[in-house]
Amino acid sequence: MTAALDIVDLGVRYGAVEAVAGLTMSAAAGAVTAVLGPNGAGKTTTIETAEGYRRRFTGQVRVLGRDPVADHAELRQRVGVMLQAGGVPGAATADQVLTYTAGLYAHPLDLGPLAERLGIDRLGRTPFRRLSGGEQQRVKLALAVVGRPELVFLDEPTAGLDPQARLATWELIRALRTDGVTVILTSHLMLEATELADHVVIVDHGRCVAAGSPAELVAAHSLVGGSGGTARSIRFSAPPGLDLAALLAALPAGAAASESPAGSYLVDGPQGGPALLAALTGWCADHGVDIAGLSVGVPAGYELEQLLLDLTGRAPS
Amino acid sequence: MTVATGTFAPAPGGAPARRLVLRHARFELVQLVRNGEQLLLTVIIPTLLLVLFSRVDVVDLGTGSRVAFLAPGILALAIMSTAFTAQAIATGFERRYGVLKRLGSTPLPRWGLLAGKSLAVLVVECGQVVLLGLFAVLLGWRPSAANWSGALFAAAVILVGTAAFSGLALLMAGTLRAEATLAGANLVYLLLLLGGGIVIPVDKFGTGMSSALQWLPSTALSDGLRAAASGDLRWASLAILAAWAGAALAAAARWFRWE
Repeated sequence: MTAALDIVDLGVRYGAVEAVAGLTMSAAAGAVTAVLGPNGAGKTTTIETAEGYRRRFTGQVRVLGRDPVADHAELRQRVGVMLQAGGVPGAATADQVLTYTAGLYAHPLDLGPLAERLGIDRLGRTPFRRLSGGEQQRVKLALAVVGRPELVFLDEPTAGLDPQARLATWELIRALRTDGVTVILTSHLMLEATELADHVVIVDHGRCVAAGSPAELVAAHSLVGGSGGTARSIRFSAPPGLDLAALLAALPAGAAASESPAGSYLVDGPQGGPALLAALTGWCADHGVDIAGLSVGVPAGYELEQLLLDLTGRAPS
Repeated sequence: MTVATGTFAPAPGGAPARRLVLRHARFELVQLVRNGEQLLLTVIIPTLLLVLFSRVDVVDLGTGSRVAFLAPGILALAIMSTAFTAQAIATGFERRYGVLKRLGSTPLPRWGLLAGKSLAVLVVECGQVVLLGLFAVLLGWRPSAANWSGALFAAAVILVGTAAFSGLALLMAGTLRAEATLAGANLVYLLLLLGGGIVIPVDKFGTGMSSALQWLPSTALSDGLRAAASGDLRWASLAILAAWAGAALAAAARWFRWE
């Protein structure tokens, strides 16, 4: 696949502050790429440079093979943008803004199904500034896709959304991907990235610190507490202080078990898979051990966020 | 909830330039009509001032018909309120809320945005001219030499005046914070209303002061319209407005910041 976004050694400064310092990343056409990192990591600056808003930068940025500044007139017809903050006149209704924006494009989407899909079809005459944060986010998302772009930049599309709205947004992003739209989004949440993204780029202090598919990232980087782990590791929570020696005796030969931190367990075996899982759960059943949060292979939820913290540091930047 | 594959299949492209400008002008007009404060500024205050000052002897307007002095002045005020005050405030907040920034990633180019805004301003001004002209005639205004050259000259004065005030509005909105623009635009509106020959003849301020005040764009606009109403083509007013337009638009082009 060809790259829809190609950034090589990007540097952006705001006065004395170096917001992006030698960042390299790319995003494949037709795929969902998530740019992850803490606040202030340089995600928005990177995205806005690709959107053509930042003119003074060093390095190379190509969007759909074009220069984001010099070819801006062409790219603004082919690329959809959802800004992290603002962008919509506060007094206008969602319907007015959507109708107006759709009118700027040659082949806009039908507004009815789009609004219905995002749950913003019954906002009536409420001005945009009086909508809830989640409703505003979804209106902004609709504005980014209404012109049927080849590529969309979504800067924190699910920030402040309740679970229903977040699911609707995820569904829309998946549908964009299915239909061949390249999606580049930023997020704070590793879980969101693993749910949606084909490719994850983790950014910290203006640099790319890790990149790959969610599974590759998990396989390549050790998990919380230095406990290690592979694509077939089993993780679970149980009361702290289990007798690991007794557990190991019940597991297939060559298996390893560790507890770190207290109450979080990691079990690995040379074969892994169902046999290891059956032996583990059998031992727990025999000994009346209550287990929770069991996962195999790619870790879910909490542990993924731990991976992100490990890669980008734990202190707020 | 499933949507047939292909709904979002890319089909990029912007609307034709003419449609972009018309769409934007229409959007601006809808926003203006929905905005109570802007309507107050552009329609209600000028109408009230026209009726009040021509019926009540608040200010000594000298001899002659009060409405003959006031009608062109109030028309100038209405133009100023639309092209300057309302536009500065609206644009200032659009900039503050990232509206201009987001439009920068749509097919609407900057010239299209400005053309759309100007078109909306001109449509509102046409409405103001009709409404205030009607009220003035009802109040007894009879432009003494209403002829084609006077009307054309008045139209030219309004156009160039609109360019001057739009330039000042964009200069203010593009360089100051939105709150400062809000306060500043209202203050300038009030100062030009009082000192710009709109409801108070500038010669009331004494010779020294009045010769300075006549260089103000509001004075030039109201003087030019007043002269045109009596069939007099006052080129000096047009020249002053053209100078303001050139300077203000050049400064706005130089210093306007989009975000």
